[in-house]
Amino acid sequence: MPEVIAYLPLILKGMLLTVEVALLSLIISVFLGMLGAVAKLSNSRIAGGLAGLYTTIIRGIPDLVLMTILFFGGQILVNNIGEKMGWEYIDVSPFMAGVLTIGFIFGAYMTESFRGGILAVSHGEIEAGYAFGMNPVQVFVRITLPAMVRHALPSFGNNWLVLTKTTALISVIGLQDMVYNAGLAGGSTRKPFTFFCVVAFLFLIITGVSDFGLRRINKRYSVGVRKA
Amino acid sequence: MDIQVIIDNLPLYFRGLWTTILLVVSSLGIGLCLAIPIALLATAKKKWISFLPKAYIYFFRGTPLLVQMFMIYHGMGQFELVHESFLWTIFKEAYACALIAFALNTAGYTGEILRGTIEQTPFGEIEAAKACGMSVPMVYRRILLPSTFRRALPAYGNEVIFMLHGSALAGVITIVDLFGAAKIVNSRNFVPFESFITAGLFYLCLTFLIVWGFKRVEHHFHAYLRPREN
Repeated sequence: MPEVIAYLPLILKGMLLTVEVALLSLIISVFLGMLGAVAKLSNSRIAGGLAGLYTTIIRGIPDLVLMTILFFGGQILVNNIGEKMGWEYIDVSPFMAGVLTIGFIFGAYMTESFRGGILAVSHGEIEAGYAFGMNPVQVFVRITLPAMVRHALPSFGNNWLVLTKTTALISVIGLQDMVYNAGLAGGSTRKPFTFFCVVAFLFLIITGVSDFGLRRINKRYSVGVRKA
Repeated sequence: MDIQVIIDNLPLYFRGLWTTILLVVSSLGIGLCLAIPIALLATAKKKWISFLPKAYIYFFRGTPLLVQMFMIYHGMGQFELVHESFLWTIFKEAYACALIAFALNTAGYTGEILRGTIEQTPFGEIEAAKACGMSVPMVYRRILLPSTFRRALPAYGNEVIFMLHGSALAGVITIVDLFGAAKIVNSRNFVPFESFITAGLFYLCLTFLIVWGFKRVEHHFHAYLRPREN
């Protein structure tokens, strides 16, 4: 127990990084997910095809493999581009690689959630928007977007929970998140099990808090829904 | 792109592929065997029976597979009891540790899938079985479990893909699975793009194969749901 208290600040520092990476990649994934969902639902064949390719490939390859491709390969790519453009040496930090890859991966999952959410918005609401003389962008921003949140929220929440757990992988590419720090602490105290238990517990706390928050948001967005 | 390096290392990739398949199939098998009792206990009406299996499911679904694997691979050596006994012959092997972690993990997820489907069993099915005079074990064997498996198929297909993707973590603890093979090829020749993309393509093919396989199985077992052909 005294070891755990001694190393707790280090682990908590790692937890902060975990949360940071999770939130940043969530923003990227929501952005990509929105883009993907709109592309998939658009009439354009090219946009739909590209979005389809994106979601199929991402969901078919393990996140760890994608992360290493982007982390190792991304550096070479940046170096090659930099050489041709005459830039200074740019270092692809594990932090950037981690955030970008996780965001990129979950963008594909978000695409599916948002697509489902948009499809669930009743057609009459959208039609009414057009009847008021709104243009397609206005209809999307004012009607479809707020109305889809309720439908997309359950699977969005699910994605967020999986995303937080996926952040554990960044320790593999050398980022000092809580899993990495627990490994250090466990190595130097010769009590790895204890420290990985602590990390597991902290993950359960993150999951529990998000669960609570998601339920609150769900309640807020379901205000207008009548329940039997 | 340096294709020659990949071609030279194809035997290594195929060995990794075999390890991955073996690892996934055996952990899914063990996991399923564990998941059935867990799901049945979790649906029990008495709280003191359902508490433990529910806690098991909550823990394994709430924490990353990587942490679970590290708990077993790095963690078990901490205990004198494990270190001094025959158990150490198991826990010092990376392969056994990965297998145990994957099996326990997929048991948690599959347990939750089965629990959900068992709870959604139409009451009429059970009632009819009871009316036919079946005993409780017989109801489980003939009605409840087959009906549950049938309805759990789509969700279980996702779990199988999830397990395949999770199995790449085995490469982190020195096992030469597909990801491990890619790591070796990369460190020997420094071809990160080619080596990892090749592994990615293998995984992609496996994923497609699983999706296709489950479509076939569902086609067979969900025959009664298909619209009639005239």
